[in-house]
Amino acid sequence: MRSGKILAGILAMFIAVAPFVTAFAHAFPNRSIPAAGSRMAQSPTEIRIWFTQKLEPAFSHIEVLDASGARVDRDDAKVDAQDATLLHVSVKPLAAGTYKVVWHVVSVDTHPTEGSFSFAVMA
Amino acid sequence: MTRYISVGMAFAAVPWLLALDKPAEAHGFAGERFFPATIATDDPFVADEMSLPTITVNPRAGDGSKEIDFESDLAKRITPNLGFTLQDQWKYTTVPGAPNTYGWGALQTGLQYQLFVNAPHELIGLVGLKASWGHTGRVNEAGAPDFTTLTPTFDFGKGFGDLPDSLPWLRPFALTGNFAVGFPTKTTSNGNPNANTLNYGVALEYSLEFLQHHVRDVGLGVPFDRMIPLVELSMTTPINRGQGSLTTGTVQPGLIWAGQYFQIGVEAIVPVNSLSGHGLGGLVQFHMFLDDLFPDSIGKPLLGE
Repeated sequence: MRSGKILAGILAMFIAVAPFVTAFAHAFPNRSIPAAGSRMAQSPTEIRIWFTQKLEPAFSHIEVLDASGARVDRDDAKVDAQDATLLHVSVKPLAAGTYKVVWHVVSVDTHPTEGSFSFAVMA
Repeated sequence: MTRYISVGMAFAAVPWLLALDKPAEAHGFAGERFFPATIATDDPFVADEMSLPTITVNPRAGDGSKEIDFESDLAKRITPNLGFTLQDQWKYTTVPGAPNTYGWGALQTGLQYQLFVNAPHELIGLVGLKASWGHTGRVNEAGAPDFTTLTPTFDFGKGFGDLPDSLPWLRPFALTGNFAVGFPTKTTSNGNPNANTLNYGVALEYSLEFLQHHVRDVGLGVPFDRMIPLVELSMTTPINRGQGSLTTGTVQPGLIWAGQYFQIGVEAIVPVNSLSGHGLGGLVQFHMFLDDLFPDSIGKPLLGE
């Protein structure tokens, strides 16, 4: 029974402080334009990714790479001024081929996440 | 004797563990891969997380008894790479022709170290030492042990997101697993042998989040893009004291939904042989991410961040 009382005490401590905290979380992607794995009829002008959490602008980036690994974005990735869950970067005109979007973000509570996806331009 | 062996192994491991100092992210991240907290298979990462509760209806035992467990687990980081765990369960057992029994099981504690995190290959490893403490539960009524068991552990995880783009449908797969050897500190209890045990298990997962947002947009929206179907295999094989043929285990197919602040897991329990039970069981778990719920207090390491 002693162990049960110890555990109950620990759990009570966590439950007691729960109402007094502000909740944040890791930022996961919600959706993107272009979508992961999509095939676009023509080159996009911008890559846009919406996340589940507001982002920390100073530590949130996107790079777009062509099949050889060369960057094809304009190195102007930024968190949107009106929507802090949106990260976007403009890209140069893209020739037909496959491109990889690599993102690293930090949510406003400093939790980092990263990811990537590919899309294709058909013409 | 086994007690001294396992304690010695733990102390011998300390120097080289301290020599490795790779920052670990709370939660089960290795690069792009998010590993959920699995239920039967130990997690390969230190974390600030808590399961409350895990309710398990076990398959019926050979004597016809049926056990229901109410369990809670707490994982807490001490430093970014070092953590501890606490676990206990309250058991309620119905026995045909006999009074029902109930009570607390043994208190279990653990010390864990994040051995490595390889982001590009979504590979993660953890070593630890768990202890199930004797006489911390209701020994006679609820079957809690009257002896302490020390268990060195190795847990691993591997995501397959590094497979080539030509294999898109395989990239959401991930595998976690654990190997552990349990050393009871008492060779017999009430005339029954307490064997050393080899504990091993794997969890094969398919992340719909990884599929939808990292591989191919297949049109999954909330809540389906946060689901992870999985199947777990959890086995125990005694390795001495004449118990070697008494392997037990379960296969547990199920589903985990992992949200921003918590996850919910549901699994069926299928015994692998008659020694492991008869019929089906099941479980449900509510699991909280303390690092997301309480990022500025109990959700961060006690030291070093």
